Amino acid sequence: MGARSGIAVTVNGVRATADVEPRLLLSDFLRHDLGLTGTHVGCEHGVCGACTVLLDGEAVRSCLVFAVQADGHEVTTVEGLAGDGALHPLQAAFHEAHALQCGFCTPGFLMTLVPFLRDCPHPTDVQIREALSGNLCRCTGYANIVNAVCLAAGAPSGAAGGLTASSAE
Amino acid sequence: MSGHPAPPDTGIGARSRRLEDARLLTGRALFVDDVELPGLLHVAFLRSDDAHARIRRVDASAARAREGVAAVYTAADLGDYWKPGPLLVPPPPVPGSVFNTATQVPLAKDKIRHSGEAIAMVVAASRYLAEDALEDIVVDLEPLDAPADLEAALAPGAPLVHEHLGTNVSARVHQTKGDYAAARRAADVVVSRRFTYDRGVAAAIENRGIVASWDARAEELTVWDTTQAPIPIRNGLAAMLGLRESQVRVVAPFIGGGFGPKIMMFYPEEVLLPWAAMQLGRPVKWIEDRRENFFATTQERGQIHDAELAVRNDGTILGVKDVFLHDGGAYDPYGLTVPINSQCTLLGPYVVPSYDSAFTAVFTNRPIVTPIRGAGRQHGVFVMERLLDIAARQLGMDRVEIRRRNLIPPDAFPYDHEIMFQDFRPLTYDSGNYPEALEKAVALIGYDDFLAREQPRARAQGRHLGLGIVNYIEGTGIGPYEGARVTIEPSGAVRVATGVGTQGQGHFTTFAQLVSGVLGVALEQIQVITGDTREFAWGTGTFASRGAVVAGNAIHAAALKVREKVLEHGARQLGARVGDLELAGGRVAVKRAALAEWRAGRGATAPSSISLGELAVLANPLRGAVTPGTEPGLEATAYFGPDRGNAANGVHAMIVEVDPETALVTIKRYVVVHDCGTVINPMVVEAQVQGGVAAGIGNAFYEELVWGDNGQLMNASFMDYLLPTALDVPVVEMDHVVSPSPLNPLGTKGVGEAGCIPTAAAFAQAVDDALDGRVEITAMPLSPGRLFALLEGAGR
Repeated sequence: MGARSGIAVTVNGVRATADVEPRLLLSDFLRHDLGLTGTHVGCEHGVCGACTVLLDGEAVRSCLVFAVQADGHEVTTVEGLAGDGALHPLQAAFHEAHALQCGFCTPGFLMTLVPFLRDCPHPTDVQIREALSGNLCRCTGYANIVNAVCLAAGAPSGAAGGLTASSAE
Repeated sequence: MSGHPAPPDTGIGARSRRLEDARLLTGRALFVDDVELPGLLHVAFLRSDDAHARIRRVDASAARAREGVAAVYTAADLGDYWKPGPLLVPPPPVPGSVFNTATQVPLAKDKIRHSGEAIAMVVAASRYLAEDALEDIVVDLEPLDAPADLEAALAPGAPLVHEHLGTNVSARVHQTKGDYAAARRAADVVVSRRFTYDRGVAAAIENRGIVASWDARAEELTVWDTTQAPIPIRNGLAAMLGLRESQVRVVAPFIGGGFGPKIMMFYPEEVLLPWAAMQLGRPVKWIEDRRENFFATTQERGQIHDAELAVRNDGTILGVKDVFLHDGGAYDPYGLTVPINSQCTLLGPYVVPSYDSAFTAVFTNRPIVTPIRGAGRQHGVFVMERLLDIAARQLGMDRVEIRRRNLIPPDAFPYDHEIMFQDFRPLTYDSGNYPEALEKAVALIGYDDFLAREQPRARAQGRHLGLGIVNYIEGTGIGPYEGARVTIEPSGAVRVATGVGTQGQGHFTTFAQLVSGVLGVALEQIQVITGDTREFAWGTGTFASRGAVVAGNAIHAAALKVREKVLEHGARQLGARVGDLELAGGRVAVKRAALAEWRAGRGATAPSSISLGELAVLANPLRGAVTPGTEPGLEATAYFGPDRGNAANGVHAMIVEVDPETALVTIKRYVVVHDCGTVINPMVVEAQVQGGVAAGIGNAFYEELVWGDNGQLMNASFMDYLLPTALDVPVVEMDHVVSPSPLNPLGTKGVGEAGCIPTAAAFAQAVDDALDGRVEITAMPLSPGRLFALLEGAGR
């Protein structure tokens, strides 16, 4: 066992301190040390995006970040999205548009989309699909996820145009 | 239901938003890896890099000595517990068949038979430590040659996967109808080709995992398992571990995608974790990582078909002959479900008077093959639809027309194909309207306009557009049975417990819809519990697109029984006739039409309704609850077992654009017309189709497992094995035909696999069409690289 390092991370607004091994992944720290199991692990090599969380407001793959790298920083997980009893607008839109099936990849999609919609509040269909393209979903075929993003952004549903009309040219 | 008024609106057909979403969206849903227990130990497996090798020596002493390691087990340490797994599905009783059984082992003992096979199991204080200790284990392997491919495995002198069998033949099955030889003689044209279909992985985003905990005081074992079939896992574990079934609880909580491979009984890990928990008196957890998932979880789709189609000049099918090899991998615990599906599904929605189909399932030094979404049906559809394409071209006939002329007519049901299906029942289609589905797809994709205008216009601009349109049948909803218990609680809430597991299909909602209308209870008042053997312990599992058919009908039947009890108790409490009562808003009430007469007898102030919760309390009093022949409470259990599987069907059509320079294919439009009988929730059904198409597209154009010499998997990561992303999957345009199944009271058919079954066939036809027949695609999966090579071969 390697030497342990003391870290202090603010997770969902709550300060957490721990002694961790330098090799401990942020995903494992969140899930197993802090019990925030809403962050899911799908590949542990940074491709599937299921483990996406916000580090100081930006989407990162928590399987590619060591817990010690989060020392002194702020992390937001899916558990931090909903307010008191009310779903975040993105969560509500995912529900309304049936944008999840097994739901395992969903937290990663949500955490990818929060900064995306902050930076790009009126996205086009192509922008949405590009934003989603770093997250893998094996159930939905993505169409309803695109629709949910449109819904959350107050845009008309992407289903009418979809991939075909806008991105094939 | 005879003798009673028709049930009220049953909630069937509503686009109800899902009840399970809130838990999943907020991170509160429990998945297996979320289970944390005091004293939990973590497991890692040492897996073979070699695909075929003899084990000379395994030395785990250094690993055992490592700090933090609780135990290391090799095959030798398992004692009597080491034994090959059960044969999950016996071979079908087709006369003359051969079946050689060789099932997987918990840990490799003498020999490695595929890369990724587990050799040793480390249990340690953390997964990190367990993986450290894997490095300490010394394994001395003598590499053996592995057959390069299916045909090499059958060649004389080929290396044997299982020496004691003396052959690499896992099975041979020959099914026939009619007289193919005569059909061939009578034919004007016979087209024959070799078709190959290669392996891929299911790639559920959640890998497999197991947590096992032995409570020595209660003498109870609890296992959380990412399985699609918790009840058979419980029954099997009890038998293996010498426990009563009631001592074992298996929970399949939220499962992050199943797609087939999560129903393999038994994976070695499923055998080992519960045993280790009992040995150590500590709970243990193993979570598969992605790399392991690529070779420790089952795969599918390796087949080689040599097929021919005999037709008349007018396109009439006279017969089909198909001889194929099926790659079963290193062991065959799942029997012949996949190749039987291929054999049966090939016939599709067509009248095929003569059929001669023989397959050989082959042991190879590759991971085990079990069904993945589609389960062999893809191959059959690919072969038949490609043969029709090729025949149409040779006859100078339109490809829709050749299909149209051979469809089973709507008045021909039940239609018997005279061979045996995977459920060992006759392959008999129950209902359908194939011409209607085809014409709807032709209209929706704009077939005539595409050929007459769009395609030539694009071609004039130097663009290569192509259209594919294919039919498929999906045998769904097979037995044996499922069951359910429906309970009205004193709060008025309704609990529905069933044995199937759920992996994202929306069961918590669609099953509640089946109950809501029958009991007049709001969806939000209905709690569906799946996949926990403590809640319901009879049933099989979620596979073969059977949840909504088999479990759905059991749930509906149980709800109807509860409704009878509500009416009976309600009539007594309210002093009314059963026929004068209705259930709505969580209450049983005297119908408006009967109210005046009822008031005349009961007075102006008597309550004319009672809540189901109050009635549930009254149905379970402290005195006199049960008179002979009655039961307490408002609860019922029911079972449903279909006589045989039913036949869902559909048509897929797509328009692609191919860039002949780069061989990149862009899907411009994708149309699905499908028929799954009664639709419980159209929103859920459409999403199943959309997601299935995405999987089908991956299977057709992105996903390919690459094997090195001697059977090593070369691309076991999401970096190298490409899943379709949001940039690759179009929005599927859909239309529906509804042919209720006469084989179950709800009329439902399965839809879970429909989206992915014909995708490759449509894709191949569309690409051929886009390239004016310069290439003829006979192998799947395709990729830009493979298509480029085909184009190079054709001289571009």
